[in-house]
Amino acid sequence: MPTDDSASVVEATASARPGGRRRARPNGPSKWMAAPALILFGFFAIVPLFGVAALSFVEWDGIGEISWAGLDNWKEAAGDPVSRNALWLTLKLTFLCVLFQAPVSLLLGVFLAGRQRYRALLATLFFLPLLFSSAAVAITFTALLDPNFGAGTALDADWLSQNWLGDPELALYVVVFVIGWCFIPFHTLIYQAGTRQIPREIYEAARMDGAGTVAQFFMITLPMLKYTIVTSTTLLIVGSLTYFDLIFVLTGGGPGNATRVLPLDMYLTGFRSHDMGKASVLALVLVIVGLAVSLGLNKITGASRMDSRSEA
Amino acid sequence: MKLGTRRRTLLAFGASAPLVAAAGACGNTPGGGADGATAWGLTGGAEEAMRASFEAWNEANPDDQITAEYFANDAYKEKIRTAIGSGNAPTLVFGWAGATLAEYVENDAVMDLTEDTAALIDRVLPSVAATGTIDGKVYAVPNNQSQPVVMYYNNDVLEAAGTQQPTTWNELLASIEALKGADVIPIALAGQSVWPELMWISYLADRVGGADAFNRVIAGEAGAWSHPDMLRAAQMITELVDAGAFGDSFASVVADAGADHALVSTGKAGMILQGSWIYPEFRTNAPDLVENGGLRFSTFPVVEDGLGDPSNIVGNPANFWSVSAKDEEDSRQTAADYLSEAIYDDEHIDSLLEIGAVPPVVGIEDKIAAADSAEFLTLNYEMVRDAANFQLSWDQALPADQAQELLNNLSTLFLGEQTAEEFCAAMDATL
Repeated sequence: MPTDDSASVVEATASARPGGRRRARPNGPSKWMAAPALILFGFFAIVPLFGVAALSFVEWDGIGEISWAGLDNWKEAAGDPVSRNALWLTLKLTFLCVLFQAPVSLLLGVFLAGRQRYRALLATLFFLPLLFSSAAVAITFTALLDPNFGAGTALDADWLSQNWLGDPELALYVVVFVIGWCFIPFHTLIYQAGTRQIPREIYEAARMDGAGTVAQFFMITLPMLKYTIVTSTTLLIVGSLTYFDLIFVLTGGGPGNATRVLPLDMYLTGFRSHDMGKASVLALVLVIVGLAVSLGLNKITGASRMDSRSEA
Repeated sequence: MKLGTRRRTLLAFGASAPLVAAAGACGNTPGGGADGATAWGLTGGAEEAMRASFEAWNEANPDDQITAEYFANDAYKEKIRTAIGSGNAPTLVFGWAGATLAEYVENDAVMDLTEDTAALIDRVLPSVAATGTIDGKVYAVPNNQSQPVVMYYNNDVLEAAGTQQPTTWNELLASIEALKGADVIPIALAGQSVWPELMWISYLADRVGGADAFNRVIAGEAGAWSHPDMLRAAQMITELVDAGAFGDSFASVVADAGADHALVSTGKAGMILQGSWIYPEFRTNAPDLVENGGLRFSTFPVVEDGLGDPSNIVGNPANFWSVSAKDEEDSRQTAADYLSEAIYDDEHIDSLLEIGAVPPVVGIEDKIAAADSAEFLTLNYEMVRDAANFQLSWDQALPADQAQELLNNLSTLFLGEQTAEEFCAAMDATL
């Protein structure tokens, strides 16, 4: 019996060691295979980035002459209460999104990793929001949350007929909820896959040692999912920082400025107020914050050494 | 995933980063090509009449074809700016006149149409034609119906509450109290869309201070927003909100889906101030109400002791065609010919009236009287014909950056986050 067990553990570690195999072939595929992606990335991400950087130092309304503005746009953006509020809202939104989405997706993902048939059915249902376009989701939620004709009226439930998107205190939380509704399925999928990668033998061993479901979750599942958590959270944070379309359709930044997050502020400044210079400043701030956060996360969590997981 | 989302955004909204916008504009550029004149119009509204007009023109002029494309309102507004800025505009540029047209003119983006369209302009109601004129030269000519802002009432609701159509500010306040007593929302307002809130302050400012109140803003006079008349208008907004005139959840109501006028047609609200363009929707959504005369309409109430001429109206005098100055000679000529010959010819007028749209053309009273819903169309026509001043919607009349500030500050005024004084001070800072 003990021999059997150790044999299967060895087998499991061997099969869960993709990193080891990659190191065995140092040359790997030709570096040219990265060329198409790099060219696209360079052309549509790096080149525009320099363009935006240049635009941030000029005054331009999209039609007329471009004139040099020096640091004026930067000073203006730094002193603008709307933009400062937008930055604060973005950080708040990001924090709330992580707080809401991470635990829910983790629990759902672990739950759906089970092989029971009813869970497969639930999984299919849960993943449906992934297929919907953000604009369609936002329009649907606007209709559902309408205080006069929305779900509250249809279901005759007064508590549902709140001023959901019109109350400045409430709107941001409603936005967090709807974003969560859209993206929890995605993160659930990541956690489900991550959980299924955990070798069953570890659980079998834990059960033999008398660990219950809760203990197994905290002692095995959670530690084994460490890098899945890092990946999912990084995507979540960077995603929330730059999130735009759903909020744009759902509230347009309102009521007042209650949901005017930085990406939205950038868009409205650039394409509604036609102040390309200041909009470019906001865009650069977003790029810098986004890069700093994802690099920072990588550093702190050691995700760059991710392939060493199976040996840990 | 995020990349996918972003790409979808681009498709849905035209552009979301300056440079991508430029790339997007290159993607489909009918302007400047060798295949003749092009036009970009808007979907919805009078689109059918516009399509019919182009089809008739193309049939009659096989050698001078005009190719038209149609876009949604917001997407168009952003697209056309990039297109004009990069020299890729269509020959016929759809617009709202106002500050945007002034900018086009300043940058020589559109051509002077004074001579080419003299015959057309003679037939257009003067208050509307004036909107497309800058420094005595015609740069834009109207291409569809006049869209004044009208007060609509659900008379069944008003009667049940023991009140009637208010004709003055004090009567309006009394009606609001009566309607509140009857447990309905006195006035439906799509606060989430913000622009319907503009209609309120525009009319109030006009009734209190006359056309001058806003003309001072347009002229950029220092302190124009905190002028006593403008301040009074802003205070009246606060009074209305505090009196519960718009109910307590107006900020959740969206105009795009028609959730505001649906409140009136379902009897959940008593009145609404909206553009004439929502009338066809009343006919579709509440045919019974319209047929039994329960739906009434009128001009905006007068304010006691106000300076404003009661005939003054606000709204969109029409939408306009301008001709891109950057396009080829041939295409420009085709476009100018089209404007002078085909706009508001008999066929075009008929097709507009058919969809309940009133073109701003001189002497069509009889045609209107013979049309469906003649009562509403006549009111609409007479408002425009007799207006001492037709104020273009403020968000179109002001330069884009000021207009955005206005919408922003106005929404916080309605939410009660700003007082009238703070609103005026904030707006003064934009001048």
